[in-house]
Amino acid sequence: MPRSLFRRGPGAALATLATLLAPGAALANDWQLNMPVGITDISADVYRLHMTILWICVIIGVIVFSAMIYSIFRHRKSLGVEPAKFSHSTKVEIVWTVIPVFILIGMAIPATETLVRMEDTSGSDLTIKVTGYQWLWEYEYLDEDVRFFSRLHPDSDRARQLGSGIDPFSVENYLLEVDNRMVVPVDAKVRLLLTAGDVIHAWWVPDFAVKKDAIPGFINEVWFQANETGVFRGQCAELCGRDHGFMPIVVEVKSQEDYQAWLAMQRGELGDRPVASTHR
Amino acid sequence: MSTTATHAPAHDDHHNAPTGIVRWLTTTNHKDIGTMYLLFALLMFFVGGAMALIIRLELFQPGLQYVQPEFFNQMTTMHALIMIFGAVMPAFVGLANWMIPLQIGAPDMALPRMNNFSFWILPFAFTLLLSTLFMPGGAPASGWTLYPPLVQQTGDALPFVILAIHLMGISSIMGAINVVVTIMNMRAPGMTLLKMPLFTWTWLITAYLLIAVMPVLAGAVTMLLTDQFFGTTFFHAAGGGDPVMYQHIFWFFGHPEVYIMILPAFGIISEIIPTFARKPLFGYDAMVYATASIAFLSFIVWAHHMFTVGMPLAGQLFFMFATMLIAVPTGVKVFNWTATMWRGAMSFETPMLFAIAFLFLFTIGGFSGLMLSIVPADYQYHDSYFVVAHFHYVLVPGAVFAIMAGVYYWLPKWTGHMYDETLGKIHFWLSVIGVNVTFFPQHFLGLAGMPRRIPDYATQFANFNMMSSIGAFIFGLSQLMFVYIIFKAIRGGAKATAEVWDSPKGLEWTVPSPAPHHTFDEAPQVK
Repeated sequence: MPRSLFRRGPGAALATLATLLAPGAALANDWQLNMPVGITDISADVYRLHMTILWICVIIGVIVFSAMIYSIFRHRKSLGVEPAKFSHSTKVEIVWTVIPVFILIGMAIPATETLVRMEDTSGSDLTIKVTGYQWLWEYEYLDEDVRFFSRLHPDSDRARQLGSGIDPFSVENYLLEVDNRMVVPVDAKVRLLLTAGDVIHAWWVPDFAVKKDAIPGFINEVWFQANETGVFRGQCAELCGRDHGFMPIVVEVKSQEDYQAWLAMQRGELGDRPVASTHR
Repeated sequence: MSTTATHAPAHDDHHNAPTGIVRWLTTTNHKDIGTMYLLFALLMFFVGGAMALIIRLELFQPGLQYVQPEFFNQMTTMHALIMIFGAVMPAFVGLANWMIPLQIGAPDMALPRMNNFSFWILPFAFTLLLSTLFMPGGAPASGWTLYPPLVQQTGDALPFVILAIHLMGISSIMGAINVVVTIMNMRAPGMTLLKMPLFTWTWLITAYLLIAVMPVLAGAVTMLLTDQFFGTTFFHAAGGGDPVMYQHIFWFFGHPEVYIMILPAFGIISEIIPTFARKPLFGYDAMVYATASIAFLSFIVWAHHMFTVGMPLAGQLFFMFATMLIAVPTGVKVFNWTATMWRGAMSFETPMLFAIAFLFLFTIGGFSGLMLSIVPADYQYHDSYFVVAHFHYVLVPGAVFAIMAGVYYWLPKWTGHMYDETLGKIHFWLSVIGVNVTFFPQHFLGLAGMPRRIPDYATQFANFNMMSSIGAFIFGLSQLMFVYIIFKAIRGGAKATAEVWDSPKGLEWTVPSPAPHHTFDEAPQVK
């Protein structure tokens, strides 16, 4: 049975309404309407850009739609109006060609600035090579001797089988949890080198405003610098076959010390074996 | 006038003209062929629609309930291919066949036998395409864009799909050549280019787009074919090829294709609004130039479909600026339609209702398109449900509503009967509610992080997906009314006059309703 729409009381519904009126509430909620602000400077810029253009569109929309609606209610035959005869005006045509050009220039400037910064991958603190496979990710920490695979968490994997009988709502972070998370330090510029072993995939974490294709035979670069610790989730964003919907991305942002401890554990320095490293 | 309206269509048929199925197989009459195109498009609209309902059924709630992921991917792929090449494009060609000769005062299309051929290719192409559902490995499941290397994992279906696309392409090119030749050579005396009705104008430009880009698609899929079977490595990185090159070639076709599906819609809306506003179209010349500008720009924006592939900064900036520019001529069109309505004397019959819904909802699709052109934000929107919402807004309440508006507008001219206005209005309201309930929540899903083309989703996406699925079923089922209304009008109903509406402009309204089998044997004089 469909659950989340009905299983909460009116009080909870009001609370939800309150959260969704706060645009871009970062935490996943059932009625999330907007893009997350995210936890990097770039993602906040992208969010601002998105909101700016959205509001420009809303304002233009209100003006144009108001004119249409006014016209629909006032200029109707049933009110006995006589149709006007005018059919062109070069002056108006010029006005509504030129004004949008200026609005567009106004949009293009901040967009270009943000894009230039997004493309600057120089001066990174660490580099992780990310390889997409059907249907899992491999993370290789260059110069750190750490590499592992990351695939859909077994709990989700069991629940998502056709006719599994397991209620997805009973699985924590259904389809958005992995067995081995990618771990990065906070406040560090992390550069990703993206590629793929079979078909094209795309690595997307909305909270970082990072989405880039992982293409066999090519290496794409992206970067992000997380300002907060926490767990951030995303998914493969390029159709890659049967289980395209089932290769999530989970990134854990840790403090520098915790990150170093995690690295050490991965290398087996603390006695623990590194996580599984056999491919499929 | 009503005296000529009783003129029996059969009267001016050829002697010994075949009847029954042979008539339809061998016909070279633009009206017969137009009818066949339109009925074929209607059939495909339901086939593609059924696939959409399978998709929305599976997405009604999280978890997999009905289909396996592989079959789900086949449905998304086939839904798109059938709706684009089987429903929207043939519907526009059908309208072109019926209306262009009537609008320019020509007795028929310039190349009638080719016209017959270009239609009859389609049933074979789509039989071939649909048969892949039953082949080992199933139908193609790589998305309608057929990106390699994924598409190379298609089972036995791949060569059949490629052949089907070739057939559709040949059909489209022949149809387009026919439109160009007809418009260039067969206009009534006095009808200069800048006196042509806008539907004819937009189709002329569309036809050039088709001739320019369908061969590009043919080239792209042929390279897929040789990569798969003849050992070439155009798109195999391991053999020195480039999978991204396919995307460039595909979208060089694919972006003009988007305008192929919307420019004739602009034309239809530009016919309908002046008729029901009882006022001439505002800024006719500007409308023509805007259409031509959009067509030109469509060739230099293709890479905005692939901002995430990792292009150089300069390339991304070029495609961003070029894409943003499209908002200018598109805006001009919307402003001109609004100015046409302004201080008119409007009435709201079904064609006008669909045209007004087009105006509002296509504009919303235009806004989300502008948002998508902004590269940094596009990184968030790309391949998410935001994109799904965007292109369905321009294609369903955009292209499809315009086709429906056109069908209601010209149906009395075709059948000689008025359609049932009450049912038409109910059909309109159900459609407009269904479309918005289906596609508006998809904006939210995409912004909240739901990727497109997934058969199952995280639980926080459950509410809006359920809403979207409910809307899809409202929209899908209400289209059965459309079929009922059309066939009811074919069988009978109030007699339509030659003018049908309140003093509409255009030569098509000077011939009786139903339009006789042969019209304009003598060219009318246009002042």
